[in-house]
Amino acid sequence: MNKAVIPLAIFLALAGLFFYVLQQMGEGEYNPRDIPTEFIGRSAPAFTLSSLFDANEQVRSEDYKGRPWLLNVWGTWCPECWREHPYLLTLKARGIPIVGIDWRDTREEGKAMLQQNGNPFVAVGFDPDSQMAIDWGVYGAPETFLIDAEGVIRAKHKGALNEQSWQEKFAKWFEDKK
Amino acid sequence: MKQLLLGMLMLSLASAVFATNIEVYKFDSPQQERDYKALTAELRCLVCQNQDIADSNAELAQDMRHKVYQMLKQGKSKQQIVDFMVQRYGDFVRYKPPFEARTVVLWVGPFLIFALAMFFMLRAISRGRAHEERAELSEEQISHAADLLEQRSGKSTD
Repeated sequence: MNKAVIPLAIFLALAGLFFYVLQQMGEGEYNPRDIPTEFIGRSAPAFTLSSLFDANEQVRSEDYKGRPWLLNVWGTWCPECWREHPYLLTLKARGIPIVGIDWRDTREEGKAMLQQNGNPFVAVGFDPDSQMAIDWGVYGAPETFLIDAEGVIRAKHKGALNEQSWQEKFAKWFEDKK
Repeated sequence: MKQLLLGMLMLSLASAVFATNIEVYKFDSPQQERDYKALTAELRCLVCQNQDIADSNAELAQDMRHKVYQMLKQGKSKQQIVDFMVQRYGDFVRYKPPFEARTVVLWVGPFLIFALAMFFMLRAISRGRAHEERAELSEEQISHAADLLEQRSGKSTD
């Protein structure tokens, strides 16, 4: 083989590799900003937060033990959360219990959004200073966790939930609720 | 004069607005303050990933600083606080990843690549030399070459 072809071959191989990785990134793989979660298979940290709707009421993680449930971290400042909202409402319609955490928000804005768009949550904890968020390793919104009946975190999704990511990561834990 | 006074007033107002953004933490001891500074420089901001949390104005970084402060106040050691964060955000939260089996490539890789590059460069250089040596000419060849050159320049002057 002619020696001059070698650099060309290397170039083409690299170009192919980069193209492949970029393609995969478009599909949500290899995201350089993704931080692998440390929580899958670990028991969920307990939290006690005041309710978004009533500062005197408490939202406690232990109240949801005994069946699988979702925890969704959101905020009115987060555009993806607005995009995700209608999908959460369809999950509610299927009978999936979702506990919301209104993160780094004001009560007024949080309540107004749910009034305007509907409330997909069985309860909403209010976390204005990241107490719960840091404890759960949250670094962006929306983030959704699946906690099983024993209180162990089984799945986590970063970014807006949709039917595809639901089927991939969460559906199998709610086989009875198709 | 009036305008100058007005300008000064506005400037001082502006700085008052900025001042509200600065966090003031009171520490029990100078050691605690040093620990706080070391920790916030060692932990990475998860939102703007090329900043440490001391440097970042992202809201999550503010809250993480506050968490570090609270934990120091509770008497937690530096190591305990780093462990707390790593447990939640993984090794990624540390600017300096630990040296272990999983990260060997990260630490040793660059030196390996450097060594390989040196090896190939030195080999290429020494090969070049060997080539030059082989190109040495005998005296006969040199005089022949000189003749050829002369002929050629003779032609060109025609």
